[in-house]
Amino acid sequence: MPALTASEIERVFREEYGRAVAVLVRYFGDIDVAEDAVQDAFTAAVQRWPATGLPPGPAGWIITTARNRGIDRLRREASRAGRHAQAALLHAGGEPEPEGAVRDDRLRLIFTCCHPALGTAAQVALTLRLLGGLSTAEIAHAFLVPEPTMAQRLVRAKGKIRDARIPYRIPTDADLPDRLRAVLAVVYLIFNEGYTASSGDRLIREDLCAEAIRLGWLLAGLMPDEPEVMGLLALMLLTESRRAARTTASGGLVLLADQDRGRWDRGLIAEGRAIVRHCLRRGQPGPYQIQAAIGAVHSTAADVASTDWRQIVQLYDQLAALAPSPVVSLHRAVAVAEMAGPEAALALVDDLDLGHYYLFHAVRADLLRRLGRPGEAALAYDAAIARTANAAERDFLARSRQALTGA
Amino acid sequence: MKNYLLSVYQPEGTPPPPEVLEKIMADVAAVRDEMKAAGAWVFSGGLNSPSTATVLRLDGGEVLTTDGPFLEGKEYLGGFTIVTAPDLDAALAWGRKLARVITLPIEVRPFADGPGD
Repeated sequence: MPALTASEIERVFREEYGRAVAVLVRYFGDIDVAEDAVQDAFTAAVQRWPATGLPPGPAGWIITTARNRGIDRLRREASRAGRHAQAALLHAGGEPEPEGAVRDDRLRLIFTCCHPALGTAAQVALTLRLLGGLSTAEIAHAFLVPEPTMAQRLVRAKGKIRDARIPYRIPTDADLPDRLRAVLAVVYLIFNEGYTASSGDRLIREDLCAEAIRLGWLLAGLMPDEPEVMGLLALMLLTESRRAARTTASGGLVLLADQDRGRWDRGLIAEGRAIVRHCLRRGQPGPYQIQAAIGAVHSTAADVASTDWRQIVQLYDQLAALAPSPVVSLHRAVAVAEMAGPEAALALVDDLDLGHYYLFHAVRADLLRRLGRPGEAALAYDAAIARTANAAERDFLARSRQALTGA
Repeated sequence: MKNYLLSVYQPEGTPPPPEVLEKIMADVAAVRDEMKAAGAWVFSGGLNSPSTATVLRLDGGEVLTTDGPFLEGKEYLGGFTIVTAPDLDAALAWGRKLARVITLPIEVRPFADGPGD
């Protein structure tokens, strides 16, 4: 058998961590006990696998080893009269379940991590930790908070799950739509955090996108009949396909209109478009599916001029009908500018109550520039710059403002 | 099973007119009966206004008595229900029923496990 490298074991760890923790949370009825047991199993794997090679079913090996190590550990603690350990031992019993139950375990864990009784930051951290297998240090780094802060956030969240008895259960049909919305929102938030932020360690940030997409595929496998699950996955794939083209070599922002479309990832586009087509055939549209469809329309156009803006405006109309918000109206106005000109778009933008939002001012600035009103455009750029902390965005806006007078 | 405290938080100021209040009280009683029928009800009650509260505090071996309430605030604890439920989702379901009829915020908080639980 070929020898295993540390990075290969690391890869197996990342792939199997969520599955193993999910099974053991059900088995022991306690997240901390499950995490410790899985950690012990990986320590054992690191010692053993380089010599023995990868076992035939690594996931099964990890789960069985973790279960045994967990029981050993609990027995040691229970003999020291740890009430908690005794409870977990009592909870543990029987043999590991067949694969179908394991599948459900990961769903249960997702719904527990994204329970609405937990704050959004805690939901995100728990999901990345328990399902993604990211370390506390990695999550802290990605969200630009000190490691002790993130560690405390995780401890508090796990404490609430335990003490308030947040159930480890797939929601009933009646609750599913609301609960699923929360899960999808967490995954999309992880993706956006990786996609839009330019501060901090870029690599770790980009890892968040990869992690969100991995979670998206996992959800798609677990809930293939939920159209919005598929819609979110397609939206993330189509957005991710433009990553290489959306920044310059020095990290500057490149607008959709100016991107070198030859650098778009055709593989991701093909995957995303296939899912969008599948959603369209199903005919149960939702906000993520519609946003994915908008991404799909962009992905087929050779440039801005040949983009089917009429269809994009129609899709934004549909989105606004399902999930009305001034931000959706702002994006719709950008599409209207391409279809009907900047004058019509500016009228729409000026009606929106979005003065706190940098993108509102950035869009206004661009429309005013195109209408040959540089004085007002400069003021709008200033307002936009004052409202974003993102270095790449500020840089881009400052350069656009300079170009007003340079021309 | 676990016990949960469902607290009603009430804004300071004049209470709703009697006809509104009567309807709320009848609806609350209906939810309470439903809890009792389901075996979830442990205890419930409404409280008099904070101005009726008295605070006791140990100070240098003496227990001092002062006019309450202990916490001055724009909102105060107006009443509570204790339910027993298998998990938080079940407790939240009862809390949701109360929130609908009372129309005030409800805080759901688990009791700490004591010895023998």
